[in-house]
Amino acid sequence: MTATGIGAAVKRVEDFRFLTGQGNYTDDIDRPNQTYAWILRSPHAHAKITSLDIGAAESAPGVVAVFTGKDMEAEGVGSLPCGWQVNNKDDSPMAEPAHPPLVIDRVRHVGDQVAVVIAETRDEARQAAEMIVVDYELLPVVMDMAAAIEGGPQVHDDVANNLCYDWHIGDKDATDAAFADAAHVASIDIVNNRLIPNAMEPRAAIGDYDTATGDHTLYTTSQNPHVIRLLMGAFVLNIPEHKLRVVAPDVGGGFGSKIYHYAEEAIVTWAAGKIRRPIKWTAERSESFMSDCHGRDHVTKAELAMDADGKFLALRVGTLANMGAYLSTFAPCVPTYLYATLLAGVYTTPQVYCEVKAVFTNTVPVDAYRGAGRPEASFLLERIVDRAARETGLSQVEIRQRNFIPADAFPYQTPVALQYDSGDYGSTLDQAVTTAEIDGFEARKAEAAKRGKLRGIGYSTYIEACGIAPSAVVGSLGARAGLFESAEVRVHPTGSVTVFTGSHSHGQGHETTFSQLISDTLGIPMESVEIVHGDTGKVAFGMGTYGSRSLAVGGEAIMRATNRIIDKATKIAAHIMEAPEADIEFKDGKFTVAGTDKEMAFGEIALAAYVPHNFPHETLEPGLDETAFYDPANFTYPGGCHICEVEVDPETGVVEVVSFSAVDDVGRVVNPMIVEGQVHGGVAQGIGQALLEGCRYDENGQLVTGSYMDYTLPRAGDLPSFNVGTHATLCAHNSLGVKGCGEVGAIGSPPAVINAVVDALWDLGVKDMSMPATPEKVWQAIQNAQ
Amino acid sequence: MYDFNYHRAESVADAAEKIKAAEDGKLVAGGMTLIPTLKQRLASPSDLVDLSGVGDLAGISVDGNTVTIGAMTTHGAVAASDDVKQAIPALAALADNIGDAQVRHRGTIGGSIANNDPAADYPAGCIALGATIVTNTRELSAEDFFVGMFETALEEDEVITAVRFPVAKRAAYMKFPNPASRYALVGVFVAETDGGVRVAVTGAGQDGVFRVAEMETALSGNFTADAIEGISVPDDDLNTDIHASAEYRAHLITVMAKRAVAAAG
Repeated sequence: MTATGIGAAVKRVEDFRFLTGQGNYTDDIDRPNQTYAWILRSPHAHAKITSLDIGAAESAPGVVAVFTGKDMEAEGVGSLPCGWQVNNKDDSPMAEPAHPPLVIDRVRHVGDQVAVVIAETRDEARQAAEMIVVDYELLPVVMDMAAAIEGGPQVHDDVANNLCYDWHIGDKDATDAAFADAAHVASIDIVNNRLIPNAMEPRAAIGDYDTATGDHTLYTTSQNPHVIRLLMGAFVLNIPEHKLRVVAPDVGGGFGSKIYHYAEEAIVTWAAGKIRRPIKWTAERSESFMSDCHGRDHVTKAELAMDADGKFLALRVGTLANMGAYLSTFAPCVPTYLYATLLAGVYTTPQVYCEVKAVFTNTVPVDAYRGAGRPEASFLLERIVDRAARETGLSQVEIRQRNFIPADAFPYQTPVALQYDSGDYGSTLDQAVTTAEIDGFEARKAEAAKRGKLRGIGYSTYIEACGIAPSAVVGSLGARAGLFESAEVRVHPTGSVTVFTGSHSHGQGHETTFSQLISDTLGIPMESVEIVHGDTGKVAFGMGTYGSRSLAVGGEAIMRATNRIIDKATKIAAHIMEAPEADIEFKDGKFTVAGTDKEMAFGEIALAAYVPHNFPHETLEPGLDETAFYDPANFTYPGGCHICEVEVDPETGVVEVVSFSAVDDVGRVVNPMIVEGQVHGGVAQGIGQALLEGCRYDENGQLVTGSYMDYTLPRAGDLPSFNVGTHATLCAHNSLGVKGCGEVGAIGSPPAVINAVVDALWDLGVKDMSMPATPEKVWQAIQNAQ
Repeated sequence: MYDFNYHRAESVADAAEKIKAAEDGKLVAGGMTLIPTLKQRLASPSDLVDLSGVGDLAGISVDGNTVTIGAMTTHGAVAASDDVKQAIPALAALADNIGDAQVRHRGTIGGSIANNDPAADYPAGCIALGATIVTNTRELSAEDFFVGMFETALEEDEVITAVRFPVAKRAAYMKFPNPASRYALVGVFVAETDGGVRVAVTGAGQDGVFRVAEMETALSGNFTADAIEGISVPDDDLNTDIHASAEYRAHLITVMAKRAVAAAG
């Protein structure tokens, strides 16, 4: 391993510009003659617009234009498209109601886009928006999913019972039969709480139209600019790719919320063409709360059938999944193919059956959020396994070891579609048990009791599927896109390298990790490598960053392009050193001829590629620039064991996380410091979901947690120092052996935390605890049990 | 925010004059509540009169049994003051636990009490310690000063200049923070001064800070946590929100009061 190669804990090269305020975010960009947009949003959860008077706003100071949904509709602007079709049990397609960028005559959630005001300044736009007179006829709202599918008020007139789809997976009859034979059945009711993503940088978008060329440019806070270009260009605005450039520059966090094609992107791009001036829109934080897609929001009933030895026989699950008021870009796949397919977990459960009803309500659309479906699956499984252990009398370690897929059973085909390629769950658990110093737990518990605290310990042995994803597989499951990745490696004449990647960095550290791949493979210093991403005008194509796919898919594409560079450079070396290609060896940045002392540095070959004075051009082209598109053969399957210890103050109900140990199998680690940072961030978010965060609406559909005064994000002081380690089994189907690390923390940690809370309270008679386990909820549970 | 006229006051008298002359003026001290309110367009004052240039409003002095804190003294300055830490350590600790570091270095004691947020910390300290609020025109007891939720006895052109605290024999403040905002969900300040024992509760009451007479009586005879073990505040007039029901707040008042008594020693 070199100092900057694979496995080295290189400091992040991007951090200097971020930490010194020199990042270039969308809102930092100003275009000549730029105007500003303010979006008028609905204050009501559900209402018919009976009249909309923009007259006063149009003549307000500084106003350039005011547009409504009817203006966009009249010009043929399309509906925001959904990128994934899930079919019902009877194979009919899901309900897919229209989602206009600006509403036509009805609002369906607080924050829905009603009109846009464009003015010379942001304040003038906002001021004028207050002069728009909207008459709303209030309609009954539907907030509760169970009520929604049982004749509740209709969010969309053309979606009966608000049911987007009624889907299932697994063998129902075989599962029911296994339950009939079970010695013991554990059952549990789960609410997976709705979360609001809260990226540090609010969303922003600038539409720019070049009157000379007719080219549109959209600068936007996106995790996948090429996907936005495709969706917006082809489905919403009818602009061909060669006339539409999408730039996603530095982006300050996404966690999934910036995957989707949002209305504001279409509005500023379309309107910039209308007014022929650039238009900037930047969300205020309050708008982020009510317009960024939310995450999670499942209500689930699950049952686990076991034999007399505690071996799992079957799992039966029914889930209601909230879609919000409209279908966001990837919403339908989250509670199906990213959730139910993970319900075998790390266990040999032979039968799994899950049915999922996706439901429309008068809330902000719900889509993928860090982990996306897998946190919901792991929470359900690890909670019910915890319960099963308590009911059967097996220890938390024993029940898991009895049911783990053995290390020699890979590749392992689960009953719910996925085939795991590698893993060693028993050893991972053993390592975590050591890291967490389980032997000392009883003594720590006794010591805590002397201080009046109830100490509990919780386990989670999770698996997830990421490295999203084999196009053929997701295509057969309803994806309307492929999920490959592209990379171009451009070697310059003096041997420095620019990599153009379709992955997008919004905090992950790609500029460092990808540079390490090049440094390691080509034997050149990291300083000679530049990573370019986030611009459809520069990068050939890209499917972007989400689903922990950047290294496993994007990185692998870079490796393939780099290997093509080496192949081409080998041909050049063979020509110049007058040796057969087969005799050329490449190592540590040098080409040598076997059995001779001839050698040429990589940089010399690069120069020769661009100064091809004596190249045989029929067989050897000048230049050193290669592109690869990589489509993975399978998902990758990180897994791990998280162990959490909490102390509960029974007088107040306050839960303190006093210790958290994570051993994660993310495959080969390219940069251990970045992996550790990703796990820390994910665990912090997971603890946030378990103890602090919860989106709340009132019965009228008003967002109660609409600011940081009421929505509780985790702070540093809420968290202990984490004990983080890795236990690698290599991915079997990519050359790097990598699996992905971005989401594991958020997937594995919530059940570990809640299991620890339940453990602390079990002896008092508390059997269950929902998320977030707020002080009042914990205190109330203790009161109810006594 | 909406447009407003900005004035920088040269002196207390100048501030009073400017605020009187304004159509719908507002004094701004640290601005920790007012500025976010303006940014959200929840208020539209015609004029803002900024007190930050009035130098003699900031500062802390101890004179015998009295600690005087200038109205424009920041929470951070109170928390860090050796004088306050020595004379009334509970007050320094209260200031040290307001908001976050940024808020503590902008927010002021005068601004906090003038706003009288029902979940703010200082009102409990002022009431329990029996503070005197000094303005440009008069002196008021804390109990006369705090009238109700976001309501004080201040006249429109009245400017707080200082708060005077008697040194306590013993005192402690226990705060159960709102997990999101870190305001007090329930905060209990217990103090014994020459004026007797007082228990003041912030965060919980629908009308803002209030005293718990039953606890004060019990503690007067026996200043121990056990003395108030069985005393609870009825939850009829307590707040309910997504973070805490009135019932839970009532429970927390007793718990926090006991812990404050134990801490005060």
